[in-house]
Amino acid sequence: AAAQSRPSALQSGESLATLKNESDSLKKKLEEERAKLHDVELNQVAEKVELVSALSIRTRRVLKGHGNKVLCMDWCKDKRRLVSSSQDGKVIVWDGYTLNKEHAVTMPCTWVMACAYAPSGCAVACGGLDNKCSVYPLSLDKNENLAAKKKSVAMHTNYLSGCSFTNSDMQLLTSSGDGTCALWDVESGQLLQSFHGHTADVLSLNLAPSETGNTFVSGGCDKKANVWDMLPCASVSCRLYDLRADREVAVYQKDSIIFGASSVDFSLSGRLLFAGYNDYTINVWDVLKGNRISVLFGHENRVSCVKVSPDGTSFASASWDTSLRIWA
Amino acid sequence: MTSTNSSLSNMRRLVAQLKLEASVERIKVSQAASELQQYCLQNAGKDALLVGVPGGSNPFREPRSCAVL
Repeated sequence: AAAQSRPSALQSGESLATLKNESDSLKKKLEEERAKLHDVELNQVAEKVELVSALSIRTRRVLKGHGNKVLCMDWCKDKRRLVSSSQDGKVIVWDGYTLNKEHAVTMPCTWVMACAYAPSGCAVACGGLDNKCSVYPLSLDKNENLAAKKKSVAMHTNYLSGCSFTNSDMQLLTSSGDGTCALWDVESGQLLQSFHGHTADVLSLNLAPSETGNTFVSGGCDKKANVWDMLPCASVSCRLYDLRADREVAVYQKDSIIFGASSVDFSLSGRLLFAGYNDYTINVWDVLKGNRISVLFGHENRVSCVKVSPDGTSFASASWDTSLRIWA
Repeated sequence: MTSTNSSLSNMRRLVAQLKLEASVERIKVSQAASELQQYCLQNAGKDALLVGVPGGSNPFREPRSCAVL
């Protein structure tokens, strides 16, 4: 009866010391289990696969208009529109085919570090130094002031580093310099779930592609990538982690690469990995064989964000040189 | 008293999380790698950035009208 009325009381035999011992032995067991599975490297399995033949990827479009570093971009599901956000405080929606700027929003803060296109194509979300993530419905009326219909959805206690709609326009997932990720209801602005586990700023998040969409991964300044049910810290290497083997299976790096990679994305089949670097280049890696296939030049400053289009026919890059490029 | 309670509940949470991670089913890298490879090779034909697409069907590669500066 005494134990039930005081929920923080010790269970029998439990103490900080015994719990610490248990956690240490569990950590050791986990390391051993993972090591047992490391029977081969990915590139060894891929030895007999033919090398990727020469790629003919070049810049096909340059999107100019931002006045300062472009920090983030996202594709619309229609595979032609993009949204981008910049240190200049602006968020621009572009038609990637014609280069037309369809919408522009001026945010109340500079350093808009995150932006995302809603699955319906009817709204965009963005935020940064304002510690919030706001949703702007996109109006067909060119004269309408988008800022008037703005809806503040997410509130963090530090900068917003990433945002993504889940499977619908109704829920928004955010990551923040406050060390947390959070899931929000767009309509009411209510916090649905918050994710604590990082011990430093969370810089990036990405949802697993699936109809039910209930897993996402986040990366942070604590050098951890966490996989969850429901500002770029740059690493010189890119690593492939297989969830089923529960370990790293490949590392993509070269001694000649001394600048960090800020952003990565896979081509449609998963064979190519596009990585944007702080030395202004984009490296294309063979995911299976581990070698670098080519280096793409064009940007005149750090590459902050890389994303392959929804049908894989092109990829876009955003840069501190104030432009975006579409490559195909 | 409060700090002991919070370290205790933190430790409990850590142990619970570690038990969860220890119970995850794992496969060998050789199996995971061969499945990754199979997926890449099976989908290679649809990957426009890898193999290109028949002329004219990639909208970003289509020629656009140029303005004379």
